[in-house]
Amino acid sequence: MITISLPTESQKTAHIRLILNGEETDVSFAPYKTLLEVLREDLGHTGTKHGCELGECGACAVLVEGKAVLSCLLLAVECDGKRVLTVEGLGADGKLHPLQDAFADLGAAQCGYCTPAILVTAKALLDQNPHPSREQIREALSGNLCRCTGYLQIFEAVEAAMVKIAAQSNSAV
Amino acid sequence: MPEEKEMRVIGVPRRRVDARAKVTGQTRFADDIFLPRMVYCKLLRSPHPHARILKIDTSRAAAHPGVYLVLSGKDLPIEYGILPVSQDEQALCVDHVRHVGDPVAAVIAREELTAFEALDLIDVEYELLTTIADPEEALETPAPRIHEYGEEGNIHKRVSLEFGDVEQGFAEADEVFEDTFFYQGNTHLPIEQHASVAIKDPEGKLTIWSSTQTPHYLHRALAKVLQMPPGHIRVIATPNGGGFGGKSDPFNHEIVVAKAALVLDRPVKVCLTREEVFYCHRGRHPVLMRFKTGVKRDGTITGMHLQTLIDGGAYGSYGVASTFYTGALQTTTYHIPRYKFQGCRTFTNKPPCGPKRGHGTVQPRFGQEVQLDKIAEKLSIDPADLRLRIAESSNAVTANFFRLSVVNLSECIRRVVKSSDWKEKFRKLPEGRGVGLACSAYLTGAGLPIYWNKMPHSGVHIKFDRGGGVAIFCGATEIGQGSDDVLAGIVAEVLGLETFDIRLYTGDTDLGPVDLGSYSSRVTIMAGNAALQAAERGRATIAEAVAEKLDVPKERLRFADKRVFDLEAPEKGVTFAEAVCLAEARFGTIGAMGSYTPPKSPALYKGGGVGPSPTYSYTAAVVEVAVNPATGWITVPKIWIAHDIGRALNPTLVRGQVEGSVYMGLGEALMEEQEFRRLPKKLSHALVHKFPSMLEYKSPTSLDMPLVFTELIEEPDPRGPFGAKEVGQGPLLPIMPAVANAVYDALGVRIDEVPITPEKIMKALAEKKAGREARFGPGDFPRVEWPEALRVPPPWEGGDGHAVNDAPRAAKHRPEKEKVLSS
Repeated sequence: MITISLPTESQKTAHIRLILNGEETDVSFAPYKTLLEVLREDLGHTGTKHGCELGECGACAVLVEGKAVLSCLLLAVECDGKRVLTVEGLGADGKLHPLQDAFADLGAAQCGYCTPAILVTAKALLDQNPHPSREQIREALSGNLCRCTGYLQIFEAVEAAMVKIAAQSNSAV
Repeated sequence: MPEEKEMRVIGVPRRRVDARAKVTGQTRFADDIFLPRMVYCKLLRSPHPHARILKIDTSRAAAHPGVYLVLSGKDLPIEYGILPVSQDEQALCVDHVRHVGDPVAAVIAREELTAFEALDLIDVEYELLTTIADPEEALETPAPRIHEYGEEGNIHKRVSLEFGDVEQGFAEADEVFEDTFFYQGNTHLPIEQHASVAIKDPEGKLTIWSSTQTPHYLHRALAKVLQMPPGHIRVIATPNGGGFGGKSDPFNHEIVVAKAALVLDRPVKVCLTREEVFYCHRGRHPVLMRFKTGVKRDGTITGMHLQTLIDGGAYGSYGVASTFYTGALQTTTYHIPRYKFQGCRTFTNKPPCGPKRGHGTVQPRFGQEVQLDKIAEKLSIDPADLRLRIAESSNAVTANFFRLSVVNLSECIRRVVKSSDWKEKFRKLPEGRGVGLACSAYLTGAGLPIYWNKMPHSGVHIKFDRGGGVAIFCGATEIGQGSDDVLAGIVAEVLGLETFDIRLYTGDTDLGPVDLGSYSSRVTIMAGNAALQAAERGRATIAEAVAEKLDVPKERLRFADKRVFDLEAPEKGVTFAEAVCLAEARFGTIGAMGSYTPPKSPALYKGGGVGPSPTYSYTAAVVEVAVNPATGWITVPKIWIAHDIGRALNPTLVRGQVEGSVYMGLGEALMEEQEFRRLPKKLSHALVHKFPSMLEYKSPTSLDMPLVFTELIEEPDPRGPFGAKEVGQGPLLPIMPAVANAVYDALGVRIDEVPITPEKIMKALAEKKAGREARFGPGDFPRVEWPEALRVPPPWEGGDGHAVNDAPRAAKHRPEKEKVLSS
């Protein structure tokens, strides 16, 4: 039998520099690794989860250049120079992001496993459309499976955060 | 307990104690654990559904660079299983594989990819055996046996119980209805894949972190298989990324990494792939059911005979309990004066079935509620009114000797009838639209533990700090349902604190007293009552010291707003921290223990151990559907649901449990199927999982979720902490039958099978068009050789809870030593 010898994880021959949660970050890793694997295994950012590693469940979503992508389907080598946002980078100045507050207050996280990906996906939605309708929220989150909540408290939390963010940006003006 | 009007925590919608960790991604799930020198484990799984292992050669894998250890069956031969009567699993199969995915060897390597690669280097020689694909085949094929134990052939368990003369009941009936139903199997699909990390700790003992709902039972299995004293094993249940019953068994991968860590003296991690999670399964049993029910013209039930044929899959798992559960709770919703139940679970060459949300009671609830809809129609009674006539009431003892506590089923029905505008919709909506109603009951904790003994089912230890901090230690396991918040809420309320003041150390067999785990909807009532008792004992100690200091009778002291003060002169008091110091000065170190044991059940017959509960929750639901008659496509715009919860400890979480149950029920009703198919003959013809992936195993997305209108009925139950009953499972049960009943209202076709798919609707419509019975569902119930029924006269016939034809058991007192469940 022929054994194909794949590069091993310790052969960290690939190297990229990315802007991870606002910080310039260098990382070396085995070239076959996905962004998900590099985030969790090489950068210690375990907030991003996995449920299938086949692009089916949405649990690994992160924002790359502001867009929600499935990090299990993206090779890390494609992220050189890119801005990547994970759940660890959502809050600022020691405070939770309004989405995080709303999710915590309104029961939008039960087991919490799908939560990081849903949070960043919701952030991408609100960044692009500050006043989405319920239908637009449902559509935006339709690639993120949640097995606990039945989604309704998630929709309500996104709507509550939307109101809070709008109020904050109004008072800022 | 504080008076209701004074409560500050209980009943107040609030952020759960672990919410911040979850929304910041800091909750540490098992696969988030990375330890220095950690190595990775992968399992080699059988590609055959049924085979003998003739030979395993692991030498090439062991020699592969980067591989540290290869284990096979001979390294871990001791059998284990969740139930004492079904110790039928081996961590790695020694000589017999029973389903595709059964593990036969494990590779532990420096890197996960290396371990995966080395699996190909293990040479296994199999001798293929006849595959048994379903219960009908199992009944017809006594050999080869999948297991060498069980009733006979490939029948795992057969039970037969009769409470009163059911034939007499049918003789007294005006109408007798006979219906068969089929409930397809489905799976939990937690988003988190099972993962475990094991270490040999610095002292040389074993510690394992695992995504388990039942650390106590994993602890027992590890001690048995590894032949170690339990005191040298520490199991830490990491927060589960969804459980739903799927992480309630001790698993082969957990035992394998524990063994490997002990051998290698390095941390060993395993994380299953999604495909492997489908092979672990333990999900909903496929069940064929036959209901024969006699009724009077006014709807009164005179007797019911239920038969269930259960597809158990390849192992016992919880299956003996599941078998009894398929017949246990029929009597808890409606008054049934005479009841006969016969259940048969067979082994098949598929991943083992087990407990999924509603464990074993979901399938017969579907049949019972759909049949009631048919009965109501035949008798020209509104199905809501029919149920109101026959609904059980508080404090009843059922025909099978389950003692009910507070029952608000009727109120649940009245609420959903009103909120859904039922009377204006039922049989009045235009073609293609319909409403359906169904009800259910569920346990608030199993009345008996898996290993029968006289010890408590849950224990809580509270530690009080001089700074006013309070720490709770308890074996209860957080699977997302909010068990930590239940404990914190109860203790905070009793001590006049906020939940943020409380630290939780849960799910750890070293730190906390035993709690049996997160299954059977038991945490709120059992860990909750234990926490309540511990908190009240702690408060009494503290109150005594404060009373002395303030010179106030201790009965007059109130604990609120982080103070302890005189109710009659609230300014006279001390801070909670000062109160703890006073108590410590007076009595020494302050701690408090609490525990909970359920009340004794009057069901004393063999098999009566499955179904008793301290109290039962009740639910009623109305589902509205829109079905396209041209395509059969179903959409569900709205669901109204009322749940009899006793008391909502944290209404935000309770609503989440109700809506989450509705969601999961809707998935089962409309799309979810754990299905199998045979590979083509020219290949192996093996029976394989039809689609072990999340893409192909359809589950509802955010776009499929209807609006849900939830109402809670809060009449405190004296058995529950602050009156609380369960909510995690019960609200799932009425959804599937309510959908089926709504489809009938919409199109006049009966779908007596779950899931209810467009294809089945089109077939039923074709039958209707052809002038045949407008129905899609199973035909006959196959012949099963039933054992002689244990005859237990119901309470109203003078029964004492024993079977009249089981004299040896009746003569015996309840066994004192550990006895196995339903052995």
